[in-house]
Amino acid sequence: MILVHIDHDRGVLDPVSLQALTVARSLDGDVHAVVAGDPAPFAAELAAHGAAVIHVADHPAFSDFAPQATGHAVAQLAERLSPAAVLAGGTARGNEVLAHAAAFLDAPLVADCTTITLGSPSRVVRARWGGNLLEEATVDASLLLATVLPHAVPAEPADGAGTIEAFAPELTDADVAVRVVERLGAKAAGVTLAEAKTVVSGGRGMGGPESFSMLEDLAAILGGTVGCSRVVTSEGWRPHAEQVGQTGTKVAPDLYIACGISGATQHLAGCKNSKVLVAINTDPTAPMMQVADYAVVGDLHAFLPVLIEHARAAASQP
Amino acid sequence: MEILVCIKRVPAVGSALILTDDSMEVDTRRLGFQLSPHEENAVEAAVQLVELHGGAVTLLSLGTQEAEEQLREQLAIGADRAIIAVTDGTEPDPQATATALVEAIRADGASFDLVLMGSESADVGGYQTGIRVAHALGLPVVTNVKGLSVDEGVARCERAVGSEREVFTVSLPAVITVRDGLNIPRYPSVPGRIKARKKPVTTHEVTLSAPRVVKQQLVVPPAAVKGTVQLTPDAAGATALVEAFREIGVLS
Amino acid sequence: MSTLPTSAKTVIIGAGIVGNSMAYHLARLGWRDIVQVDKGPLPNPGGSTGHASNFLFPVDHTKEMTELTHESMRQYKEMGVLTECGGIEVARTPARMQELQRRMSSAKSFDIDDTRILTPDQVKELVPYIDESVILGGFYTPSVCVVDSLRAGTIMRERAMEMGALTVSPNTEVLDVEVVDGHVVAVVTDQGRIETDCVVIACGCWSPKIARMAGASIPLTPAVHQMKDIGPVPRFADARGDIEFPIVRDMDTNMYERQHGTGLEVGSYAHRPILHEVEDIPSNAEAALSPTEMPFTQADFDLQDEHSLELMPEIVGDESVREKYAINGLLSLTPDGMPILGETPEVKGLWSVAAVWIKEGPGTGKSVAEWMVLGESEIDLHASDIARFHDHHKTREHIVARTSEGFNKTYGIVHPMEQWASNRNVRLSPYYEREKELDAVFFETVGWERPFWYESNAPLLEKFGDAVMPRTAEWEARWWSPIINAEHLQLRETAGLVDLTAFCIFDVIGPGALDTVQRTALRQMDVPTGKVVYTPVLSPNGGFKSDLTIMRLAHDHFRVVTGGAHGMADKKWFTDQLPADGTAQVVDLTSTYTTLGIWGPAARDIMQSVTKADMSNEGFPFGTCRVIEIGPLRVLASRISYVGDLGWELYLPMEQGARLWDILWEAGLPHGMIPVGIGVYGTTGRLEKSYRAYGNELETEYTVVEAGMQMKKVKDADFVGKAAHLAQREEEPTAILCSLTVDDHTSSTGEKRYMLGREPILTLDGQPITDRKNRRSYATSAGSAPSLGKHVLMSYLPPEHAVEGTSLLVEYLGEQYPVTVARVGSAPLFDVANDRIMG
Repeated sequence: MILVHIDHDRGVLDPVSLQALTVARSLDGDVHAVVAGDPAPFAAELAAHGAAVIHVADHPAFSDFAPQATGHAVAQLAERLSPAAVLAGGTARGNEVLAHAAAFLDAPLVADCTTITLGSPSRVVRARWGGNLLEEATVDASLLLATVLPHAVPAEPADGAGTIEAFAPELTDADVAVRVVERLGAKAAGVTLAEAKTVVSGGRGMGGPESFSMLEDLAAILGGTVGCSRVVTSEGWRPHAEQVGQTGTKVAPDLYIACGISGATQHLAGCKNSKVLVAINTDPTAPMMQVADYAVVGDLHAFLPVLIEHARAAASQP
Repeated sequence: MEILVCIKRVPAVGSALILTDDSMEVDTRRLGFQLSPHEENAVEAAVQLVELHGGAVTLLSLGTQEAEEQLREQLAIGADRAIIAVTDGTEPDPQATATALVEAIRADGASFDLVLMGSESADVGGYQTGIRVAHALGLPVVTNVKGLSVDEGVARCERAVGSEREVFTVSLPAVITVRDGLNIPRYPSVPGRIKARKKPVTTHEVTLSAPRVVKQQLVVPPAAVKGTVQLTPDAAGATALVEAFREIGVLS
Repeated sequence: MSTLPTSAKTVIIGAGIVGNSMAYHLARLGWRDIVQVDKGPLPNPGGSTGHASNFLFPVDHTKEMTELTHESMRQYKEMGVLTECGGIEVARTPARMQELQRRMSSAKSFDIDDTRILTPDQVKELVPYIDESVILGGFYTPSVCVVDSLRAGTIMRERAMEMGALTVSPNTEVLDVEVVDGHVVAVVTDQGRIETDCVVIACGCWSPKIARMAGASIPLTPAVHQMKDIGPVPRFADARGDIEFPIVRDMDTNMYERQHGTGLEVGSYAHRPILHEVEDIPSNAEAALSPTEMPFTQADFDLQDEHSLELMPEIVGDESVREKYAINGLLSLTPDGMPILGETPEVKGLWSVAAVWIKEGPGTGKSVAEWMVLGESEIDLHASDIARFHDHHKTREHIVARTSEGFNKTYGIVHPMEQWASNRNVRLSPYYEREKELDAVFFETVGWERPFWYESNAPLLEKFGDAVMPRTAEWEARWWSPIINAEHLQLRETAGLVDLTAFCIFDVIGPGALDTVQRTALRQMDVPTGKVVYTPVLSPNGGFKSDLTIMRLAHDHFRVVTGGAHGMADKKWFTDQLPADGTAQVVDLTSTYTTLGIWGPAARDIMQSVTKADMSNEGFPFGTCRVIEIGPLRVLASRISYVGDLGWELYLPMEQGARLWDILWEAGLPHGMIPVGIGVYGTTGRLEKSYRAYGNELETEYTVVEAGMQMKKVKDADFVGKAAHLAQREEEPTAILCSLTVDDHTSSTGEKRYMLGREPILTLDGQPITDRKNRRSYATSAGSAPSLGKHVLMSYLPPEHAVEGTSLLVEYLGEQYPVTVARVGSAPLFDVANDRIMG
């Protein structure tokens, strides 16, 4: 049996958790899910992706995100059920929860795996350098804790009974001390960078903050958001929240348009999972231009207005 | 405040990673080294907190004597002393890393109000060192922090979730792992460099426990073999792109 | 995506400042079908040009570098990429203040006006952020400038493309250079193969690797120089341009500081030499910044942090001013500090344009393009000629030793006679041990250890007293000894034995040998066997390519003897003139034969005592050579004399040299013969006789007529430079080579000062002298003429000053001394009738 930790934000399911379920199904037909807090909003979806049982950790702390408490609950469940492995999505939260679980269990944790093979020892392939390098490793443990690299394996539907079983984890004060106590800021009018289907991104070639208004226009037409490279945030042209990259946000949109971005490894780490990559640059040999699906060699200041005009015209047609 | 910042010396890479002949390491012969990116923000945060609250910043790095290069640079921006937990140079797995760091911390003897780290290292990216160290030291831990302030023994930590911020509060002492975006790290000044040469860098030898995650080899992922469609920066190119946008389905 | 041509007239490898200059100038001179490749992208392929500090200080002690820089500045200005900002070399020590005076002199000699020496306060007026209490003064050159070298390169490339002359292929790596029968035939790249018989290697640090592919040698090494950029600087906050304050060179600490927009760039040549192998340089993809912007090693800059803080505490000591950028930047260093230019001696059609900095880039591109297209460059490039290297120069050990030693002298005070300390004792003559026993003081030339003077001759100082013209000032007494002058006087009294093993000797043999030497020599070479001809060798424009001696040993056999310093370039020149049908060959015998010289009034008696051959004037006339028997040795004796006295040069197999020395030594002692060093042979002897020296008076810039060396008639046979020479004979010379004597050596402090060469000659009211071709008058040679009791300078003077008896001035270390024109033209000052030599 494989146990999969399901992450959610006050009832909104994290899609990467479904990917983790799919990976679990490939290892074993018997897949259980564990959820901290109320699974009602997404239980059906879990079942539709193969969860036979949904273990619900019941505790007041789980009204919001409490990473250590969640990790402890997952650890206790794993001790009771003795799965072959415990998986989660390799998101910030998923890695965090499993790291806590691993600490409680004194078990190894391998994060961001692209391939998992159970055995004695288990073998994994995992991402290093933000995905620019892969590591093949063996894991010496009777219980394998692993997170899956987001978007490496797409979620696939599978039939699962989705039977709900509640349990009460034994949590300490220390466990519950670390939890969300407040929220700031409003949910953006548009969609977040991590979730956007289209990202229009600018790099050093933009030349300054003013040029980003073009990217905002294009993003608006395409229903997406603006992103940027690390250089841009270092210069203070755009806020860090828009940074795409290994130390910023990793995105996997349907469309990523890179304007004036050369494509250093740490930036590619953040955008190479995009379905379609468009690059605009004066340098035809820039790495971003080599990995793009569509490459436009030219000055973005001259080309973007043309592209925006065409896109606007096309969007206004039925 | 007594703050400990753990840093890791990693290669500064360009846009291609070359491996050694045995495919076990990145070939660093032609590369320089730097701090793992999130850690610059950790050191900056520590220096700012000490500027505000008084105290001292201690740096700790696990590895070989070569880490002194990175430690001196961080001493130059305002840290006060540094410790190298010296290993035999082999790569520890995440559990061994945490164990060795804890051993060095205990050997040092100082008690810290705050232990800061990067949320994950640029190279290995295990996402777990801070949490394991916190468990070993019996301290609370908040990760992925992009906003931090300390007031009367309580750390207020903000994490970015989309355009919102989640707020955690923990009583010190605590472990906090931070992300790029927390602040803008300062670079050293020349007087800072000169002062740094006199600040103490001590070593403590640690023996790494045997790895349970055993690296077998590293592989550079093959470049996706696909043709790149070259377009001209004019109306023809724009038309072709808009057609592609339509196919993808992002044009409403 | 490859549209790489499969053939080209020429392939230029490299798209930095040099490759781009080459492309433009070749196109401008009419070449078409040029292909330029670079393994990196454009506009910045990642070589040294991409991170260069981009400033030009025109003043240099070397005429060639000054001319190349001047020409480069002219081109940068024309392209609109030059910003004049001025530059100040500051001194922290008294020795440096003297050196700044020397730089003033060189500036005047090489046509850079408006320079001046500043007091610390005056420096502070121009550079307000300097701490003037740390310096003693500065040398200010207002024309110092900063250029946009990347933009310049792009402009030059685009111009060539506009002319339809150039195809450029970036991201194209050269994998091989194909050579057949010693000639280049193709360049193989990762985008395809290009057939061509002309390849230009202009890829800076990578040049040795490309040369090796072809079997040739470019002896440079990639090396680091550190730079750190700090900012934002409050004082530069409102900077409108890149630079608004003069650049400061802190000479004594081997550093510079310049404004760079809102920041201050601090550069250093003071650290330990950090040399890299070409294989250590990362690829464009692997490098975090670029291949030549290597990771900064702060530990090597620790001392420089302190020095920059001392000099500019306002900026460097401001804790808000932070490091923005710091690199170990790669550049190319050569063993002798000069660029490496020209067709490689090993492979025909393979041209090197390497170890060229931004400062001389476009000027070098123009010059080498002229060389390739027209056969000759306007600027004399002999000091940069790739053919100058001897075998040992091309070894890794030599390159590492000398570049390491030279690196920390980048802003150093380098005496004109300064000797290298590293990698000595590579080439030792057969007499070396004997010379050591005689306490020879060895100076090195192209690897050979040559006695410059002998301490064993010290007792002669007492004998000759003040006639040895002693020097009390430390600077000109350095790397010198009054014993040199004592040896000179003794030689003129009795005889001297001189070790001349460092000569380059090569034979031209075969049915086509006469044609070959006729074509190269100005003088008639169809002479009887046994004749010795001292002849200029001209460049196509009638200037001096060399001067040397050719002996006809047999009908089809000529032997060329030339100085070691330039000998390898001479050898290549002769080789280039060989007939295409292979009827003549050049054979290098430098390491086969050794040379001893014996001159002085007693030379004939000494020689006659060791040989039965007729050594009388009738039996062995001047200017002839023959094989004579001396003991068990068969020696080729040649009656010529560069020291201007009676005697012979003696050539024999290297392994027998020691025996000859011993025979002559024994025979000479009773006649009062002494060993004599190169101090006499190279300077004192010839100055008295008005003999010119290549590299001093003789360069391509000056004609035979101006040097006063034309013969009465010009031979009928054709030779390189004939047309130009004939035309020059018809014109009035624009300048005439004169010998001047110094009238009064007394400085303002009452000490006697002695010039060393390169000092400007001035009119009596202190103005520089310029001829109609815009050439400045300066001392091309300087030294003691002990038999005259005078210090002699040679200088080209325009006709209005070239009159015997004219009074002029020479400026030396900031003071002016009276000189008189003693001789116009080439007649000797001593033994005017040449009785000694011809008798």
